[in-house]
Amino acid sequence: MKTNSPLQWLTSREGIYYLLLALLLLVVLPLTLDAFRLNMVGKYLTYAFAAIGLVMCWGKAGILSLGQGVFFGLGGYCMAMFLKLEASTPEATSNQSTPGIPDFMDWNQITELPGFWQPFHSFSFTLIAVIAVPVLLAFIIGVAMFKRRVGGVYFAIITQAIAAILTILIIGQQGLTGGVNGITDLQTLMGWNIRTDAAKTTLYFVCVGLLFVSLLVARQVQNAKLGRILVAMRDQETRVRFSGYDVASFKVFVFCLAAGLAGIGGALFTLQVGFMSPSFVGIVPSIEMVVFCALGGRYSLLGGVYGALLVNAAKSGFSESFPELWPYAMGALFIGVVLAFPNGLAGLYERYIMPLEKRLPVIGKYLDKDSPEPQAPPVVSDQLSAEKS
Amino acid sequence: MNAQKENFLLAVEGLTVSFDGFKAVDDLSFYLDPKEIRVIIGPNGAGKTTVLDLICGKTRATAGSIRFGGKELTKMKEHQIVHAGVGRKFQNPSVFEDLTVFENLEVSYPQGHTVMGALAFKRDAAVIEAVERIADTIFLSDQLNEPAGLLSHGQKQWLEIGMLLIQKPDLLMLDEPVAGMSVAERKKTAELLRVITRDHTVLVIEHDMQFVGDIADRVTVMHQGKVLSEGSIEHVKKDPKVIEVYLGH
Repeated sequence: MKTNSPLQWLTSREGIYYLLLALLLLVVLPLTLDAFRLNMVGKYLTYAFAAIGLVMCWGKAGILSLGQGVFFGLGGYCMAMFLKLEASTPEATSNQSTPGIPDFMDWNQITELPGFWQPFHSFSFTLIAVIAVPVLLAFIIGVAMFKRRVGGVYFAIITQAIAAILTILIIGQQGLTGGVNGITDLQTLMGWNIRTDAAKTTLYFVCVGLLFVSLLVARQVQNAKLGRILVAMRDQETRVRFSGYDVASFKVFVFCLAAGLAGIGGALFTLQVGFMSPSFVGIVPSIEMVVFCALGGRYSLLGGVYGALLVNAAKSGFSESFPELWPYAMGALFIGVVLAFPNGLAGLYERYIMPLEKRLPVIGKYLDKDSPEPQAPPVVSDQLSAEKS
Repeated sequence: MNAQKENFLLAVEGLTVSFDGFKAVDDLSFYLDPKEIRVIIGPNGAGKTTVLDLICGKTRATAGSIRFGGKELTKMKEHQIVHAGVGRKFQNPSVFEDLTVFENLEVSYPQGHTVMGALAFKRDAAVIEAVERIADTIFLSDQLNEPAGLLSHGQKQWLEIGMLLIQKPDLLMLDEPVAGMSVAERKKTAELLRVITRDHTVLVIEHDMQFVGDIADRVTVMHQGKVLSEGSIEHVKKDPKVIEVYLGH
């Protein structure tokens, strides 16, 4: 929390954790994995953006959203619309009855590009929309709910309902959205073929870079007084209100932050996977995002990243051998986390591994002089916060 | 008449709140002078806490007015009422258990109360000085870096009082500040309140008559949402109506 120079920060305990993650993502994984697997890790990392958002929103501020898939999806769709328009040049679509519009529109007897698609011809507009559209929706939901003091379970259920509604809307409006298949067959970004191995590897590094930017932004918020107000709100909302804060506006802010992060993740997902569909928007992916965050440790930003990586890696591994068992495994995982280690992996690390670090010959002493900044609240309130969730 | 009214720091007039027809506070009026220490007493269910809730905006009045330093509080939002200068301590200590004592006081420091303000807020020398001064007043100087969750019940009560003090309110409202405290803590709290009352207007709800006698300038006795009696502690102690419903024979 003290304002140190960046170099001092990097050699602090927290800085070393960030460096280790950077080492893993920028050196170890690219050197050991082939392009296909690396692309998969890149895909997992896009969920880490949503997980970081949930750490801020759910872990810090105590606002559980079961609808982060909505914001992830909106970011993804914005990017997909741009890529689809680029792929639908009149030359490439000359065999359609209306050339120059996306193929699925043509199949649905639509003869003119709908108005809301028009601005997505522009790449700069798209880049803004990737963040602005999710943030705007979050803002509207947030103002409508938090100003009326809707919170807790009711808020979670409403976000889940919104996830269901958006999925139904996308599937129902096939001509405008590509329906259940989504927006597919995305080839190039500003003329750059994103389907080659080299492009995928480049996109992976872009994704890691943006992930670190997002982590540092979230960390900045967490370490500002605002971060402490979020934690205070989680504990004693009334006290915060009677300390002179308009609680609703802080909730709206953190919910918008989480939505914006999820939106960036969604856009990167579209770029790396090459399509976007309603299956990444609905209730199931939204809940999966909560699981990533819970497993990694909902009080820890880095925990969220590791949670997204590990659960997704487990999902891929598991689904390859026993596809039908995965949902059960994930359900069990979630129940296990809530019952056995409510602070997730980050909590386990703090309780069991951190004390061991001190015994390490050289590093131990080095880390020890650096008083640890606990990410999770003290043990007293463990039970309480577990109950609240 | 109006000119006279403005001399009061707080003027509550015809205040009424009804919950599904039950009038918890019924046509209540009372006035607080600046720097006055007023204690509200009364049997359980008399509406004492509800009056504080109404003043700080936690509960909305059905009718009546609450004027505070020339502002009408009944239409204002909770955080605006705080900014107008009203601080409220709750009956159960409500502090932020996951934050340290220092952070608890810092969050209550009257600066950076908007989202942007809280992002830009810097822990400068003035903040540190204010936090340390208040911590000293509330006997918690040695616990500044401890999480508030680890404090004793009495220490949490003090911390919450400290959180109010750092807001520099014109009116402090305390709901049973010594409830659940040990004898030693009670004594220290009385001492603390004496310090506070030197330069604040204070409205206290309390049951401990000894304590009430120690601190009160004037006492308002409430019964069934109405003022039963008002005056000095000696006056209300002798009032037959008060003896009947509250103090007992």
